[in-house]
Amino acid sequence: MADGNVLTAPGIPAAVAPPRTGRLHRLARRRSTLAFLMTLPLLAVIGGLVAYPFFYAIYLSMLNKRMTRFVGLDNFAFLLTRETFQYVVWQSVIFAVSAVIAKALIGFILAHVLHTLPAKGQRKWRGMLLVPWVIPPAISTLAWWWLFDPTYSAINWMLMGIGAPPVAWLGEPGWARFAVILVNVWYGAPFFMIMYLAALKSVPDQLYEAAAIDGATGWQKLRYVTVPMMRNIIAITVLFSLIVTFANFDIVRILTNGGPQDRTHIFGTYAFQVGIQSGDIPLGSAVSLFMFPILAVFAVFVLRGVTRRSKEMAG
Amino acid sequence: MADISGMTRRDVLRAGAAGIAASTLAAPAVHGQAAGGRLALGFWDHWVGEPANAAMRAIVNDWAQKNRVEVTLDFITSVGNKNLLTIAAEAQARQGHDVLSFPTWHVHEHQRLLEPMDDVMGRLIQKYGPVNQASEYLAKIGNTWRAVPQTAGTQYKGSAARIDLLKQHAGIDVQAMYPAENRLGPGAENWNWDTFLVAAQKCKEAGYPFALPAGTFSDATDWIGAMFRSFGADLVDARGNITIRNNDKVRQALDYAKRLFQHIPSEMFAADDATNNRALIAGRTALIFNPPSAWAVAKRDAPEVARNVWHFPSPAGPVSHTTPHLPYLYGVWTFSRNKSAAKALIEHLSQIEQVQKLVDASVGYDIPAFASMFDDIDTWRKVEPPLGTVYNYPLRPHHKAVPNIAYAPAPAEIAVQMYTQGIQAKMIARMVQNNEPMERVLAWAEQEVEGFKRG
Repeated sequence: MADGNVLTAPGIPAAVAPPRTGRLHRLARRRSTLAFLMTLPLLAVIGGLVAYPFFYAIYLSMLNKRMTRFVGLDNFAFLLTRETFQYVVWQSVIFAVSAVIAKALIGFILAHVLHTLPAKGQRKWRGMLLVPWVIPPAISTLAWWWLFDPTYSAINWMLMGIGAPPVAWLGEPGWARFAVILVNVWYGAPFFMIMYLAALKSVPDQLYEAAAIDGATGWQKLRYVTVPMMRNIIAITVLFSLIVTFANFDIVRILTNGGPQDRTHIFGTYAFQVGIQSGDIPLGSAVSLFMFPILAVFAVFVLRGVTRRSKEMAG
Repeated sequence: MADISGMTRRDVLRAGAAGIAASTLAAPAVHGQAAGGRLALGFWDHWVGEPANAAMRAIVNDWAQKNRVEVTLDFITSVGNKNLLTIAAEAQARQGHDVLSFPTWHVHEHQRLLEPMDDVMGRLIQKYGPVNQASEYLAKIGNTWRAVPQTAGTQYKGSAARIDLLKQHAGIDVQAMYPAENRLGPGAENWNWDTFLVAAQKCKEAGYPFALPAGTFSDATDWIGAMFRSFGADLVDARGNITIRNNDKVRQALDYAKRLFQHIPSEMFAADDATNNRALIAGRTALIFNPPSAWAVAKRDAPEVARNVWHFPSPAGPVSHTTPHLPYLYGVWTFSRNKSAAKALIEHLSQIEQVQKLVDASVGYDIPAFASMFDDIDTWRKVEPPLGTVYNYPLRPHHKAVPNIAYAPAPAEIAVQMYTQGIQAKMIARMVQNNEPMERVLAWAEQEVEGFKRG
């Protein structure tokens, strides 16, 4: 069927033909109208739970602390002058960038290892490696917290077992940063793995065969066949993960609550502390929105690159 | 319609009509059950759990029946700050419960949306005398009471110490110092931060270091706040002036803290509100600052530890003797549709008969704001083991100590930000962990607090 606008069948006498359809009726029978109606529930959910809170947060971020006066961008300007917030920006960047790089690398390696496994055993390993990503992060982070616990750390217990000194995993700023990044990597690496594995499986075998005929080494196959074919999926996965990692909340909140000395705070946890716990909702909204313009510009460039490469490949 | 039961369509319609008529006739009786209207309550979900919640539920249900008010009672947990989120959401939506339990600072934050409670507080004060200063600081704004201090959840965080370990390693007999009577014993006059420092050192050397948290959770903020206050080291005065840089008392408090933390495990900078409890229950510490919740768990899980725990005020400082205090407060939203019933219930819950039941159910954890009730409630005298362990948990007149809210007397809108961001604990951490010079720490704190003054 070319489209949904099928009218009276030819050869049917006018007396028995369906009555002439009005504009409304035609509109209702169009495929685009049907598609719109079917996506309406989803649009309502996105509108109610994403778009409305987003614009409301923008509105809140432009009010004074008592929410009685419009102050424009004052809250954002004020944040930039605060030493603690400067740390939060810096830490969020360290947290997100290092975690995404580590997740991408680990995911890439795991995907290749899995890809080389025989199909029979692959499913079992794939399932096991996905476990960290399947467990709700609040629960798995509690387990990690037990491993890092200030007094009863299971890791320290093992360290002391081999004669090494215990480490204040969550009490010393450097180690605490390491701990929150480690947990984020542990949780997020399987997502990269499964995406990269799907991309690897879609690379045509003929390309590898042609490369082999040309005498390409394993490294050259990876460099000139695999990576170019995966570039789009790598870009989209990195973009998606970067956004989600910047917006992380539960891992830091459970493991360190932003401490010690605010050295593990990221945008989400600091916004909660300022907005909900300290009762400054406009400033908290400003904190949570701070990365939006940077991430939006980053997303535009990444998605433009993806579109350009897709066109090149199609051409 | 004829179905297998033999009823015709008309029978079904007739029965339906009869049902509607019956329900309509019954309606006045239903309304009669709620002649006092409806009331939605959101109370704090007690740490002690079901026994404390059940006692509250029984009191509320009894009152609701007698006053023919249809009550919905929700217990809202403070785990994950669920109660704060509920308060913020209801304040934004201008609808929700009629009465909520407000934690420490949130009455000030929502004062414009809270019904004045002067009438209720006037009658309660006339009957039971004044409430403690800390509760007044939190609930009375200007000359208006915006909330009523509640018993359920209100706590002190004085010393919860091991009788045997302090006696053996520090030579301090805490039972003799603070007997389960209305008098101080020998040595109580020396229970100050200097004595505490020596005891901390000796107990650490013996392998039982004091578990004093120094993160940004409330257990850390509360004891450090009381310690600073006992040195007279206010970061902001009652008028909102920052008093950090040229304040010798702040320097003294910080200097003391630096010496004290030489004897406190470094992992306590990462401690949460449960870390100190676990240390006591596991028998790894000689002293924590906590309500009897740690003791209550020890009674169940480590009875030999519980038998050796004694509760008494935190040490005195050079300027005052302050003990950490954390009240909960009942507030009625201005958008409540049944304010009169809400106020009547709150007044009922604040009477000594109800307070006694709540204190009993929480095994002495809950504390009323009216000190005049302490001698009339026998729970703290009876709780064991050891008998009288929580007698000195509520601050009694003979203790000559005062309840303290960390960062008071600063205006609440500044104090709440210092409190949630744990400014004093971070000052200590910078000095102890980073070895930052005093001047730099003071400059940092001043800059942070200046930011909290924006309107």
